[in-house]
Formats: sequence, C-alpha cells, structure tokens
Amino acid sequence: MTKLAQWLWGLALLGSTWAALTMGPTLGLELPLTCREVLWPLPAYLLVTVGCFALGTVGYRVATFHDCEDAALELQNQIQEARADLTRRGLRF
Amino acid sequence: MASVEVSRSLHRSRWDQEGQAPRQDKFSVLLPTYNERENLPLIVWLLVKSFTESGINYEIIVIDDGSPDGTREVAEQLEKIYGSDKILLRPREKKLGLGTAYIHGMKHATGNYIIIMDADLSHHPKFIPEFIRKQKEGNFDIVSGTRYRGNGGVYGWDLKRKIISRGANFITQILLRPGASDLTGSFRLYRKEVLQKLIEKCVSKGYVFQMEMIVRARQLNYTIGEVPISFVDRVYGESKLGGNEIVSFLKGLLTLFATT
Repeated sequence: MTKLAQWLWGLALLGSTWAALTMGPTLGLELPLTCREVLWPLPAYLLVTVGCFALGTVGYRVATFHDCEDAALELQNQIQEARADLTRRGLRF
Repeated sequence: MASVEVSRSLHRSRWDQEGQAPRQDKFSVLLPTYNERENLPLIVWLLVKSFTESGINYEIIVIDDGSPDGTREVAEQLEKIYGSDKILLRPREKKLGLGTAYIHGMKHATGNYIIIMDADLSHHPKFIPEFIRKQKEGNFDIVSGTRYRGNGGVYGWDLKRKIISRGANFITQILLRPGASDLTGSFRLYRKEVLQKLIEKCVSKGYVFQMEMIVRARQLNYTIGEVPISFVDRVYGESKLGGNEIVSFLKGLLTLFATT
C-alpha cells in the first residue's frame, strides 16, 4: 500500500467514525448533547493543534540547528596544508 | 602439517585486526565533478589523508562531465601524483546527470563498498572511517550521513535556508516516514550490490533522487545506519535554492508519496 493510500484509509476511517457519531442516532451516549458539542468541531481543533505542533517542531529544530564553526575552521586550515603539500608534490593549480 | 598450521595462524591474524576493516574490504569513492578545478585536488588530498591514516584500502573514481574549466587536467595531475590504482579517471563527454554518473563509476569500481559524496568540500572525508565503523557495527547495507541528528550540523546557512531545510525535512518525515533523518543528504556508504539494485529502481533527479534511494531501500528491506556529519557550505551564495528548486522538490516528494 502506498503512503497516500495509507493516509486516505486513515482519514476515511476517522472521518466516517466522526460522521457516524455526530450525525447518526446516538447509541449509548450518557450526555449526548455535551459530547456532540465537543465532537462536532473536533476535526477543526485537531487541524489547528497539528498545525501548531508542526510549527513548534520546525521552529525548535531551526533554533537548535547546530552551527559547525570548528568544522569550517578546521577545513580552512586543512586547505592551506593541502595546497602546500600538493605544490610540493608538483601539482600546478 | 606445518604448512596447515602456518596458514591457520595467518587466517587468524587477519581477523584479529579489531576495529579495522578486514584486509579484503575495499572502498570505492565515486566523485562526479563539474567545474571543480579548485576543489578536486583538495578533496582528493583529504580523502587520501583519511584513508591512509586509517589503513583502509581505497580507490577514488573521478567522473568528470566534460568540465570546461580544466577539471580534467587537474585530475590527470592527481593521477600522476597518487597513482592510477588509487585515482581512476572515468570522464564523460558532457553533463549527463548524477544517476548515470554513479552507474558509469560503478562499472569501473573494484571495491565492495561504494562511497558517494560531493566534491565541493561540503562533505569532509574524515567522516568516512566513522561510516565504515558504523557499517561494521550494525552490518548495515547503507550508512547515511545526517545533518539533523546527534552533533551533525551545517556551517554557512542563513536563517531562511535553515527554515526551508528543516521545513522540507519535516514534511518529508510526515509523508514518507522513511526511517532516516536526512533524506536529501548525499554523503553515504553503500554495499556495492545494494547501490546497483537501488539505482536500477530509481527514476527521479536531483534532491529527489537521493530521497528516492532511501525510500526504495526501505521498501527492499535494506538496513540503514546513520552517522552525524558536518556540512560546510561554501557555495550557498552562488547555488540556487529558488522557487524552481522548491517546486520540483515538492513535485518529487508528492510523486514518491503517491507511488511508494
């Protein structure tokens, strides 16, 4: 099954459950009105929450993205060393 | 009788070299180049240094796509300096793309492991012994360098570039759940037969090609290990990460999402 198919299945499952609970006759719910009031806007709430989570995660990862200053410095030094050594060995740059 | 004992102790001493690749492993580095006249000598020097310091059996295959800046001449000089058993020149007439460069390079590779990397000094050869160690540790089919985990990182990226990179990686992780943290990275170690198999199956180009390799690898149940690497970007100012690149990345990502 492709990833797209998995997503569509998952969404179809959740979607149909939600639709059945909010629009069909309520079966065995003790407080039907309160539950329905929560259930009805749930997809919208979830979307917003997921959106915030995504932004938060990406923001955190950008903020903690490691800057390799020493790697850059080390490379600079090694470049000097390399050029000197290669010139000694006869390389014409 | 005596000769049997001698050969048995020789066999034992070969496997006693703990922590080092057994003498029969050979690592072929594929270096596709285009206009790398300045960088090629440096990257080769660093590769030779890393390999000889670690006692690793290696060869470097330079696949130049008809660079107009004299990359090929510099490569020929390097071949004279280091020997044609270590530096193999396998050029092509014109720019033909990365996938075909790997195929072309592998035809001439005598190693049983292949290392792919960029020739512009953004990938540092000092990580190669770590890749090898990791590969031995987990008997991995692929070892991928990651900029996003451990003490991996980048140098020379501004905020915009970092945001795009992390954002794209996030979307990729959500959609593809690939089991590897850095999909667009191109600093990797492959078993030769694994790379051959994967290239046969891959159809995309550019960034997406590297992503597709990992996705296909997971499909084929190959194991992937990761090693944090530092990516020193000296050419970002000149390289284009404009709207076009982003659009083609997204198109490729959605294609992979829908077809794998």
